[in-house]
Amino acid sequence: MRFGIIVFPGSNCDRDCWYVVTQGLGQDARFVWHQETDISDIDAVMLPGGFSYGDYLRVGAIARFSPVMNAVRRFAEDGGLVIGICNGFQILVEAQMLPGAFLRNAGLRFRCRPTFIRVENNATPFTVLCRPGQVLQIPIAHADGRYYADEATLNQLEKEGRIVFRYCDPSGQVTESANPNGSARNIAGLINETGNVLGMMPHPERASSKLLGSEDGLWIWKSLIHSFQTCGSVVPR
Amino acid sequence: MAVTEPLEEKAIALGMTLDELSQVRRLLGRDPTDAELAMFSVEWSEHCGYGRSRSWLRLFPKEGKFPPLVGGDAGGIEVAPGLFVLFKMESHNHPSQIEPKGGAATGIGGIVRDILAMGARPIALLDALRFGDPSDPKARYIFRGVIDGIQWYGNCIGVPTVAGEVAFHPAYQTNCLVGVMCVGVARAKELMTSVAKGPGNAVVYVGNKTGRDGIGGCSVLASQELKESLSLRPAVQLGDPFTEKCLIEACLEAFQTGAVVAVKDMGAAGLTCSTVETAAAGGVGMIVDLSLVPRREAGMEPWEVLVSESQERMLLIVERGREWEVERIFRKWGLAFAVIGRIIEEPVLRYYDGDQLIAELPPQVVASAPLYSLSAQEPAHLKEKRSFDFSTLPEPTDWESVLLGLLSDPDIADKSPIYEQYDHMVQTNTVVPPGAGDAAVLALKDYERDLAIAVTADCNSLYCSLDPYWGAQLSVAEAARNLSCVGAEPAGVTDCLCFGNPDKPDRYWYFVESVKGIADACRRLGVPVVSGNVSFYNESPTSVILPTPFIGMIGVLSNVAHHTTAGFKKEGDAIFLLGVPSGSLGASRFLRVVFGLEVGSPPALDWDREIQVQSACRRAIREGLVQSAHDVSEGGLAVALAECCILGNIGADVQLSRTHLPPSFLPLSSLLFGESPAQIVVSVDPKKKDDFIRLLNDLGCPFVFLGQVTGDRFCIALEGQSLLDLPVTEIADGWRSGLSSYLTR
Repeated sequence: MRFGIIVFPGSNCDRDCWYVVTQGLGQDARFVWHQETDISDIDAVMLPGGFSYGDYLRVGAIARFSPVMNAVRRFAEDGGLVIGICNGFQILVEAQMLPGAFLRNAGLRFRCRPTFIRVENNATPFTVLCRPGQVLQIPIAHADGRYYADEATLNQLEKEGRIVFRYCDPSGQVTESANPNGSARNIAGLINETGNVLGMMPHPERASSKLLGSEDGLWIWKSLIHSFQTCGSVVPR
Repeated sequence: MAVTEPLEEKAIALGMTLDELSQVRRLLGRDPTDAELAMFSVEWSEHCGYGRSRSWLRLFPKEGKFPPLVGGDAGGIEVAPGLFVLFKMESHNHPSQIEPKGGAATGIGGIVRDILAMGARPIALLDALRFGDPSDPKARYIFRGVIDGIQWYGNCIGVPTVAGEVAFHPAYQTNCLVGVMCVGVARAKELMTSVAKGPGNAVVYVGNKTGRDGIGGCSVLASQELKESLSLRPAVQLGDPFTEKCLIEACLEAFQTGAVVAVKDMGAAGLTCSTVETAAAGGVGMIVDLSLVPRREAGMEPWEVLVSESQERMLLIVERGREWEVERIFRKWGLAFAVIGRIIEEPVLRYYDGDQLIAELPPQVVASAPLYSLSAQEPAHLKEKRSFDFSTLPEPTDWESVLLGLLSDPDIADKSPIYEQYDHMVQTNTVVPPGAGDAAVLALKDYERDLAIAVTADCNSLYCSLDPYWGAQLSVAEAARNLSCVGAEPAGVTDCLCFGNPDKPDRYWYFVESVKGIADACRRLGVPVVSGNVSFYNESPTSVILPTPFIGMIGVLSNVAHHTTAGFKKEGDAIFLLGVPSGSLGASRFLRVVFGLEVGSPPALDWDREIQVQSACRRAIREGLVQSAHDVSEGGLAVALAECCILGNIGADVQLSRTHLPPSFLPLSSLLFGESPAQIVVSVDPKKKDDFIRLLNDLGCPFVFLGQVTGDRFCIALEGQSLLDLPVTEIADGWRSGLSSYLTR
């Protein structure tokens, strides 16, 4: 399976994602420059973390105008699997491929630390190998990770099971003190209506090796690969 | 600059002395033009020319177990055949005092480009910081601004900030210190130099556009005492981390084409330094047309273009006829690219503004800043301070409050409020993150499967202020010990030597003694000093900094799996001290916190013992015999043990014996809180205790059994009588609140 890792000017987790899927998981991957328009050779799209366009203006706000984003949108509409991590999540939100918005962290500062997230929905292509309620230790590193949406949207996300991950404590309790950035309802990751586009703030590529302290990110990568190999994608293309 | 102004006034305004001006006149055989004068002023500034320090820096050893690489924009060591780790530390003190966020940020930018100019990919940043008393609002403003600048720039460029150190003292109130270190990796075939070669080759400008920022940054700002004033703000450069990130990627991509002959950062002294030094190194000349330099500001004078320190710019020498291959890459990354000149055979630099020749100089002349021989004299009061009479001090009775006082001292307290603001994980190499061990460990997984390096930055300024020679040696010893505690073999050193005005003999004495101390220590340790930086003039009319020679050190782990961290691991593990308990109170943190005294001699350093303890520690880690390792440093044995408990979130029962008490005044204080080198606290699984003891006996390394990891309380007893007994949660709270309270106020 071939991953396409989108590189915007300022992306800085692109090589980390490449390392995990190729060296760690034995898959094929290529970097897709943000000005490319043809991604027909790609099986799954990754929008990596970083500071696309320096996060100037507003996080993700400029990257969404990159030519490749039209191709990514079509790819998603055709049912292709898309995962946006950190800045990638922010770009997906700016591109309105996922609902809501991001605010400055509640503490107003950049935070880089291990966090725990609970799998709220394991019936997604990104979590299919996880147990319901499984707790994953995956770190965050962001200044603008406070997820926000209006009450109606949040209720709808809850109802449709689109909240995939919530920040929790090591035992899986979703508490205020386990919320590192003040995200609404402790949201750490969510999917789109059709279930094939995931955005998440924690970095699974930083939790994919024992040496780095956690292998829990592998659950997400392996789920994604499994989903592709068994169904091609969620929605038939 | 008005046309009618006499040359002398212009020279002084540019930060030159009249002596230097007459030397310029003599060398050129004529008056310099405005542009030439500006070029001399920056190239000959102390910051660029090292006229007051060069001769002493020759004392540093250049040889070690790992082959060194010296002489470029940064230095390095060959950690495995054909694989180089490049590193350098540099200061950005005055800019940070005047504009904390921007000053610290551009400090990062500059040091990263030095590593990049070696052809290396930057893989880690460290910062060594000093601020005034944190209870002072101005000191806190600078502290917070500097942290903010480091996180803003470092996080954006995707280079993890993995280690560092910070301390507070009123002596830094009007002169903060910001030492930033960058580490990079390159294969032998990827290494680049800054030696310009090949007549006809293109002189190429890439990166950000040039503006009026940072004019006189290295001369007026960095090479004079600091008279803080808003009018100096324009001398501080403006940073743009997004452009720097693009510049890193574009340069590494461009180097791969093979069309780039040489490269140099346009940092301090900007275009002047980069053209002069690349040409001088290659023994060639250049013709440069300044009107071709990309600008972000209209109406700049040619001399301003020559000395501007606008950030995120590099000078490349590109093979003639292959300019387009390189241009394509920089255009792709949205960066400026301009062929501004050509290499010529004749060793002369000719700068034009369009048709008009504005400067014509032999590069060798500009590059050889005059050497100064300055007098050095020990300050009169020092001997008295060192021979302080400890018999007048009472032994404290409440050991618990002494411990809590030390743990919450901002220099010792938890630094996570700082490093959590830094992305210390990006690039996914960070095996031992900040806070977990005595040094950070980074895997080199993209180059060699099992290989790793460890990095640390250290300096005990208090020791150096009382005895710079031994203080510097002790700082080197501690840096090495920190590396050994994570399992790494010390392999190479960089330094960032921060002192006051060198023209004052007492300030200069501190510098000279520190350099001698570092040189002797590195020789004993067998590690080369491969790069570094000197920062003088760290004083204001009201105060001078403590002498602060920051030591940055790199260690090598042949197998990344064989590392350890500082926290105790599990119930029942045995606690040992490698070395001999020998707490000495001179210049200790204990004296400062409990009695408000900064007196006495720093502890004695026995290099044979130091090397023995460190290599025993590394060997035990490599053989999988220890669960944790943490060195005894500021705050002594009790603080070290407490930190092991806090980091492991588990208690300890420590039993000391009367035989451990040193034969000195305040014996109990000395045992608990005295500071001596060559001591490491380790914990050992009971199943491995016998093997561990056998190994130490084989190596002839002294050790002491201290007690057991157990429960949730931190207890120390002497001959069965409790000295202190506190819940780990309580000591942890004290340790965690010490610094964080200053970041939020």
